[in-house]
Order: sequence, then structure tokens, then C-alpha cells
Amino acid sequence: MEMVNRPYARAFEAYASANPEVLCLSADLTSSCEIDGFRDRHPNQFLSLGMAEQNMLSFAGGLGLAGFRPFLHSFGVFLYRRPYDQLMASIAYPRRKVRLMGFLPGITTPGGMTHQAIEDIAVMRTIPNMTVLEAGDATEVESIVAEADAVDGPVYCRILRGAVPRLFDSPLKLGQMRVLASGDDVLIVTAGITTEEAIRARGALERAGVSVRHLHLNTLKPFDAKQIVEHAASVRHGVVTLENHLIAGGIGSMVAEALAEAGLARRLVRLGLRDTYAHGGSRPYLMRYYGMDALALVRAVEQITGVQTGITEDALDAVRIEAVHSALKAEAL
Amino acid sequence: MRNTKTTEDIAHGIRARVFEHSMRNNGGYLSQACSAAEQLAFLYNEALTLGAPTLPMIPPPFAGVPAADNPDYVTGAGYNGPVAADLDRLFIAPAHYALVAYACLIEVGRMAPEGLEMFNRDGSSVEMIGAEHSPGMEVHNGTLGIGFSTGAGLAWGRKRRGESGQVCVFMSDGEVQEGQTWEAVQAAAHHGIDNLWALMDVNRQQCDGAMDSVMTVGDIAGKLRNFGAVVAEVDAHDVTALREAKATAHEGQPLVILAHSSPTQGMGFLQRRFPRLHYVRFKTEAERAEMNTAIAAELGIQPIDLGVH
Repeated sequence: MEMVNRPYARAFEAYASANPEVLCLSADLTSSCEIDGFRDRHPNQFLSLGMAEQNMLSFAGGLGLAGFRPFLHSFGVFLYRRPYDQLMASIAYPRRKVRLMGFLPGITTPGGMTHQAIEDIAVMRTIPNMTVLEAGDATEVESIVAEADAVDGPVYCRILRGAVPRLFDSPLKLGQMRVLASGDDVLIVTAGITTEEAIRARGALERAGVSVRHLHLNTLKPFDAKQIVEHAASVRHGVVTLENHLIAGGIGSMVAEALAEAGLARRLVRLGLRDTYAHGGSRPYLMRYYGMDALALVRAVEQITGVQTGITEDALDAVRIEAVHSALKAEAL
Repeated sequence: MRNTKTTEDIAHGIRARVFEHSMRNNGGYLSQACSAAEQLAFLYNEALTLGAPTLPMIPPPFAGVPAADNPDYVTGAGYNGPVAADLDRLFIAPAHYALVAYACLIEVGRMAPEGLEMFNRDGSSVEMIGAEHSPGMEVHNGTLGIGFSTGAGLAWGRKRRGESGQVCVFMSDGEVQEGQTWEAVQAAAHHGIDNLWALMDVNRQQCDGAMDSVMTVGDIAGKLRNFGAVVAEVDAHDVTALREAKATAHEGQPLVILAHSSPTQGMGFLQRRFPRLHYVRFKTEAERAEMNTAIAAELGIQPIDLGVH
């Protein structure tokens, strides 16, 4: 599997430098959000707003009113928890073209409670006029910049930084989920970093005779409930969602709502943080500790299918992850 | 757009209209009219360069909130004229002054008097707390403390585009209790945003009563200067002083004019209600009648005919 170093830095600079109405805003996390190079090479398009997020959000609303498209860079959690009122009044209500680039989603930071955006999807998807995207690999981080900027209104993006695996060779397209496997025993729905976990689990599950259908979501709002229901209807046993987020209000909830509204009776297991805060630690440690990794996914599939796969932690570690090529994706999607 | 009345006449008209409306509707934002009448009259009649209104003189009913499926949505900014590079923009940061701002729009010929009859009526765009779609409003400011930040962002953008029009934010002194106000002033100073100015109604009043009893804010002028603004201080009811303050040089910095006002100016009878002046109600018909007679006399108008309402 190819690892790509700082895909956001290159993608943002290439895009923003070609689009003068894009502005780069930072709240004292410039290097941390990989825009330090952009700041140094394009100072006229860069605005330092300091450690003052409430002002930054309303200020960005004013920039939007002036016809600019500001990209706000910070850790995801700082873009909505403290400045929620400003997000509502200055950005979401008037549909300003503000792009909120939220780094370190969920438990991808060792920073503990204050730094971990574990309810951002739940918050953002309930805000009228908001679009919510999540990047799951280097290709999606690269393509999310232009895709987000094409939205006629505000967008919140969960962005991965640093060394990011390349899983996909086609760009993120707004509203288009990826069908990564088309089996008929169980449906697995993932997004962001949990897709890599599911790919690992899938390899082991298929060897154990479980036929997996796997969807990767990158557009969380608008949510394509119709397709989710169609996929859920085409599997024998049920659905497992795995998200880097609380299970309340996020992907698990969205899938549950979709199934219930369609009147489709399928078992649903939601994996993610279960009504708890996380603490500080490494990503693999936290994913294991909170039951958000490939092993947790295997156990959930066993629960839903009634099949004891015998898959162990060692077996999962041995699964090699190949880049996911276009051939594996249904062309219609 | 030229006005034929003096700013003082317009201020008097604002007080009379808000008084009439409050009498008929058994209460209203009377003290805001007392403190801010000259300031809003000064902004619309002299200080701001605005074009002719682009929206109907009689405000259309509420036509939905901004949404992807509401392409015809417009804000109420059209009552301040069109958006153009050489024209100024105004935000009424304390949206609770809406009644006073609407009265001002009528006095300067930008809205029909019928507009005030729609105030706070279900289905009307002339809302009690000014909304984006309310006459004269361009952004939501009902949540206090966000106006100056939005103004700073818009002003930065206009400066970047080389527009000559300025951005003005009408503020209230209570907003200095919000941390965001200080974040906004420091950001405007840091970025040298000098096409931005604010006129702050320093009436020392807030919802719970006198500001000193709710949260002491100290020396507002000194604090603003320390955060990087140029500050001018004037008597809010002296139009000549307002003119001079507006001429204060503030190159490379935002200007904030502190307009020290009386929350009972022109309606001294309201002193009986001090310090509960945020929204004046009447407890009895006798009280309403007494206030009607007394304040009408102070304003030099006939008592409001309450019989028809």
C-alpha cells in the first residue's frame, strides 16, 4: 500500500494558487494543518486570525459576503464547539461559501477530549444548508479541496494529515459512495479511517467464507439513503457500520434512519464510540480500546451472521491491503 | 439619495414613531429610540453613502429562509440601496434596535409607514429582532457580539477588491461584554482594516438593567484603544459632535465612535422606569394613559389615539 506524505498541503496549494477568490485562513495551527508552505509562498492569499475562532467564523462570513471563498483551517473540534453560534448565524444560515477544513477527526489525535472531534458529524449534519464530507485516503484528501469548493454553500470536511494511505485511484465525487465489495451476506458501511480497517477485515472474512458488501462513504450530507437501503436489502443477514465518531448521530444513526424510513427490517450493529469520551493515545491503541478496529468489525459480523470465523488478531495483521482500483467499483457509482 | 429633512428632524420623527407604536401595542423598545435616534438619523441622513432603495416601499411578507430550494431569497439590505463598489454598507449589530431602525427607514423615505404596522406580526418580514430579511438588515445580528467581526471580514474583502465604499457597524455598549467583540477589534487592527468604522450607542443599559449592576465593563475607550482601534467620544445627541467624530483620521486602524447617550432622551418621563428600560410595558391602563399624555407633551405631539386599536 502506497503512503502519501502531506497530500493536503500539495493539493490545497495547487488549487488555491489557481483560484484567487479562495482565501486561506488559519487560527494559529498553520503547520499543524499543513498550510505553512502556502503561507510562505502565497502570503497575499493567507490570513492569520489568531487563536480567536469566534471572530474567525464571523469574519469568514463577512469575507463570503464580499464574494471570497475562505478555507478555514483548524482542528475539526475548534471549528464548531466554541464558535457554534457564529457557525450558525454567520456561515450556515446565510449559506456563505465557507469551507471548514477540520483536521484530526475523531480519535486520530492523541490530544484527548479537548482535541477529539467525536460528535462533529452529528452536529454538522443537523445544521440546515450544511454539506458534510469526509476523506478516507490520500486521493480523497487531494480531491476534496476542489470538490468542496464547488458547493454552493458552506461545507465541513474531515481531513486526514501527515502520512495517508492511498486506497483509491479515482477522485472523491460529491454524493457518490464507493462500492468496494458486492457480496451478499453482510453489508459493512464505513468512512474516513475506518474504511482501511474494513478492507483489512474483509480480506479475512472472505477467506472465512463470509460474503461482504462494503460501502465507503465520503459524502455524509447529503446522505444517499436510497442507495443504502438498496444495498442493505441485497444482503442476507444485516448491516454493520463502523465510524470514527460517536455511534449516536453519525453514520450508524443515518443508516438506522434510512432503514427505518424505508420499512426495511435488517439487523444493524453500530460500531464507534458508545456514549463515551475518548482519552489521549495512539490511533491503533484507541481503535482497539474503543472497539473501532478490524477485529471489532469481525466480531460484529460474526454476531450478525452467526458464523464463527476463527479470525484472530494475527490473521488480521497479516492481511495485505492493496490499492483499490476502479475495476473493483461499480461504474454506475 | 438626498433627504430634505434635517438630521434633528429625523431623530424627532424616530422618537415619535416608536412612541406611537409602543403606545398602540402596549409596549416597545422606547429607550433605544431615546438613546439612538440621533445616531441612526445621522447614519442614514448624512454619514453613509447609500443608493436608492431597491425593494418595495411596503415590505413583502416573509418569503422563506436561505436554502438551496429558495433561489429568490433576498436580504433586507435593499432598503439601504444596492450593493455597489462605491456605496457604504451598514450592519445593525444589536438587532433589538430593529423597531428604531425601521422608524428611521420611514423617516428617511426608504420604507412606507405601513411597514411599521407589520412589526412583529405573524408572516411579516418586519420582525421584532431584525432578521436578515427584515428591512435595512443584511446579516443576522440577534446574537449579540457577532456584528463587528462580520463587518471586519466584509471590509477586508472590499479593501482587497479596491472598493471605495466603507463598512459601518452600529453597535451597542452591552456588546463589549462579549469576548468576540474584542477578538474582532484585535483582528481588524492586526490586519489594518481602516475602511471599517463603528458607531456605538453607549447608553449604559442592557436587558437586566444598568450595565454597572449586571457586569462592569470599565473604560471602554481605553480598552478599545489598547486593542488597536482609534476611538472618538461624543455626546450622542449632539449631531455636530457626531459629524466631527466621523471625520477622525484612522488610517490603518478601525474607528469606533462612542456615542454617550441617555436612555430617556426626549422622554424624561421614562426616568420613573429606570433602570428597567430594555422593553417598556404598561401594567395598567391608567399607567398607559399617563405615559401617553406626558411623553406626547415632551415630544410636542398630540397624545396617541388609543381608541382605534
